Amino acid sequence: MSKQTLIVIGNGMVGHHFLEQFTRTPAAERFEILVFGEEKQLAYDRVHLSEYFAGSSHAELAMATADWYADNHIELRLNEPVTAVDRDNHIVTTPKGAYQYDELVLATGSYPFVPPIDGKDDANCFVYRTLADLDAIRASAAEARTGVVVGGGLLGLEAANALRSLGLQAHVVEFAPRLMPVQLDGDGGDLLRQKIEALGVQVHTEKATTAIVPGDAARLRMKFADDSHLDTDLIVFSAGIRPQDTLARACGLEVGERGGIVIDNRCTTSDPHIHAIGECALWNQRIFGLVAPGYTMARTLAAALNSDPQGAFSGADMSTKLKLLGVDVGSIGDAHGQTPGARNIRFHDEQAGHYRRMVVSQDGKTLLGAILVGDNSHYDTLLQYALNGITLPPNPEILILPEHQGGAPGLGADALPETASICSCHNVTKGDICGAIDAGCTDLGGVKAETKASTGCGGCAALLKKVVDSELEKRGVAVSTDLCEHFPYTRQELFHLVRVNGIRTFRGLLRQYGKGQGCDICKPTVGSILASCWNEHILATEHVPLQDTNDTFMANMQKNGTYSIVPRIPGGEITPDKLIVLGEVAKQYNLYTKITGGQRVDLFGATLSELPEIWEQLIAAGFETGHAYGKSLRTVKSCVGSTWCRYGVQDSVAMAIYLENRYKGLRAPHKIKMAVSGCTRECAEAQSKDIGVIATDKGWNLYVCGNGGMRPRHADLFATDLTDDQLIRAIDRVLMLYVRTADRLQRTSVWMENLEGGLDYLKQVVLEDSLGIGEELEQHMADLVGSYQCEWKTAVEDPEKRKRFREFVNAPSLKDPVQQWTSERGQRRPELEVASL
Amino acid sequence: MTTKTCWEAVCTVDDLVADCGIAVWTEDGPVAVFYLPHRLPALFAVSHTDPFTGSNVLARGITGDLDGEPVVASPLYKQHFSLRSGVCLEDASVRVRSYPVLLDGDRIRLAVPVRQPAAVAA
Repeated sequence: MSKQTLIVIGNGMVGHHFLEQFTRTPAAERFEILVFGEEKQLAYDRVHLSEYFAGSSHAELAMATADWYADNHIELRLNEPVTAVDRDNHIVTTPKGAYQYDELVLATGSYPFVPPIDGKDDANCFVYRTLADLDAIRASAAEARTGVVVGGGLLGLEAANALRSLGLQAHVVEFAPRLMPVQLDGDGGDLLRQKIEALGVQVHTEKATTAIVPGDAARLRMKFADDSHLDTDLIVFSAGIRPQDTLARACGLEVGERGGIVIDNRCTTSDPHIHAIGECALWNQRIFGLVAPGYTMARTLAAALNSDPQGAFSGADMSTKLKLLGVDVGSIGDAHGQTPGARNIRFHDEQAGHYRRMVVSQDGKTLLGAILVGDNSHYDTLLQYALNGITLPPNPEILILPEHQGGAPGLGADALPETASICSCHNVTKGDICGAIDAGCTDLGGVKAETKASTGCGGCAALLKKVVDSELEKRGVAVSTDLCEHFPYTRQELFHLVRVNGIRTFRGLLRQYGKGQGCDICKPTVGSILASCWNEHILATEHVPLQDTNDTFMANMQKNGTYSIVPRIPGGEITPDKLIVLGEVAKQYNLYTKITGGQRVDLFGATLSELPEIWEQLIAAGFETGHAYGKSLRTVKSCVGSTWCRYGVQDSVAMAIYLENRYKGLRAPHKIKMAVSGCTRECAEAQSKDIGVIATDKGWNLYVCGNGGMRPRHADLFATDLTDDQLIRAIDRVLMLYVRTADRLQRTSVWMENLEGGLDYLKQVVLEDSLGIGEELEQHMADLVGSYQCEWKTAVEDPEKRKRFREFVNAPSLKDPVQQWTSERGQRRPELEVASL
Repeated sequence: MTTKTCWEAVCTVDDLVADCGIAVWTEDGPVAVFYLPHRLPALFAVSHTDPFTGSNVLARGITGDLDGEPVVASPLYKQHFSLRSGVCLEDASVRVRSYPVLLDGDRIRLAVPVRQPAAVAA
């Protein structure tokens, strides 16, 4: 049977989400899929558009890669706008050709509304919608001092933030008497205005712009209806959106009076073979200008194309929770109390700058809506009450009062019904989460991977954690945070106990805070904590029993009981002489030799007793231990950088060597990998590391919390264009905070994802020093850097420590008879038969 | 062939490391001897061979206790073995040989079976 053709017009967030959903369904097999995008770039995250000015590239904002489209057999034609739809013959036309369809999806989105003002087409007037718009704004801003955003709504304030991050004095001009008139009331709007003005953004309300003319003090002058004026170098219009329904109108589809392609509950238009989703669609006389409802439509349509009767579109919740210019703003449901009989409960603390309003039903039993400004910590609880119609407590005011005034802590996860929506971006309910747990997920990371919950905007992270913890607890998967049966504390708590009480031995800690004799969980953990705090030699008598065998013998045990040796080769740079020494040693001891992924050399097959002899030779040649055995810094990979490469803009090798020498030996909850790339081509693959550094022509961009391995994760951009000093300070702080607060065996990625507030919180603590601990973290790191010793050098020089390397203490010359060897590709390898049990 | 038990001297107290194991070679093959100074008795001996891999590594595992039972964790795949009985806590059908051990002056002695040729009938 030949396949039918499905054409999607529009490659924005909703169009892409539809493809993600649809390709997973059985019906996808029946269709060839062809996608047209007007923009040059593949679908990207418009919600976080302002991050483009903060240094994010299109690649970071992208919803997927070209490979994803290829893998799913989707033909993607970017930069090819559709110019006409011929419904009679099922043909769409572009400047490049005509294409037949069987089913057509319009995901054309919206366009910014620009009020009909004289002068609005000046070269320094812009809209805020696409990356191309942002590039144009950036170019104009280069020579500008001030910028005005027309429109004080959600997007307008985002745009103002973007102007501010370009270094402009930003103004917001709003026609209504307050900011965010749709979401906020008078008091809320006033408070938001105060807070935003305190940040240096000038707000002008009740201003109707009548004309834009050349200015005196700046390029342009905006004239207002009240005869006042404002001079500015550039203007960004953000006065609302209009559905992009041009194609639909032209081909005679039914559209709304004020625009929008009319759809039914299955997202199908007046033509049964044409469908519309996202901001271009009009459902029940409503346009939905948020991404979550668009995603819901995308899912609905994917189901409808599978003739799945489930999940008709039934409207969407327009509640929003945002941080605008750093100010918390939340708006839920009927925020303005338009429901007949609705009553209000307000809490307004002008001192602290907090405003909260609940709109409750006439009988006081249900929450209809809410407004929050200044503090969103009550948002999740209020939203759950409103969405699920949960009966309010008899004194509902406790939900918005500060806790010390009798306010209630958040709604327990138990009180939520199965149908409660936890993650609206990916439509994950509490029931879905329970399902994932029943199917075998036993932690937050697993649930996130399985359900995608909290991987969209991330706003539900705290709530998700609560639900997961509570459900695990119910199933007896004790979410005991105890480290093990010997210590009723988390790793973080133990870290504090060790540090605050100056405890220097495992026994000391066990006596004061634990019970029993310890085990293979708590001993290495405490060993690592002690090393992070005091940096004594890991083979000091008290610490020997705490270490995993790899740490004890400072080498990596292989399956036959022999060890591998990995000397440090900082930055992957090695002299020919040192390389020859490695070869000679390997030859002498018949060691299997392999180049590692971290730009060094791994020598396999050394017996316990050979280790100190081998290291004597390596140390004599100038090598140091590579800590390949430790939960500590492994390697700092680098490309060749500006010294040789014609593209390099900074000396990546020198930086990598510096970083490797600075952080070598640092004991951490898990291994740490780093890389430094000398230019944006990223040959060192820094974005797959815990700490990634990429050179720019102005300095260094820092990426954090990436990893390869079982669950690969790209590192997040953390800071841009840093000087050497700024870079080191930021890395010092990130690493030390990780060392102090992460769980046992938690990589930086999982650590960061589990921090409440995630990346933003980490940025605040590290870059803005919001906890005031920056200096302390740096000092702690400086102490550790200062007390570094090569563990192998100390060990080979100490006869007592060398005694530990006897294979059989009563037969020093005896080689382990179990080890059988064979040869392969010119090298020795173990031939190991599993002993019969 | 018959076997009988003899108390073989394998090392001295100076060779022991508190809360750790060391490996010795005996008539019965490789044995791991553990010294846990905070328990009574403080000496334990089990086979040095990890039954899951056949590698001689158990003396290099981390010691401790689980529910009060003294254990060593295999350094390869982390199964726990009782230092008293040699039984694997994760899989009771697997056990390593355990040996009686005693302190004789400053010498550590293990009770190991010794294979002897059968006496030839006259």
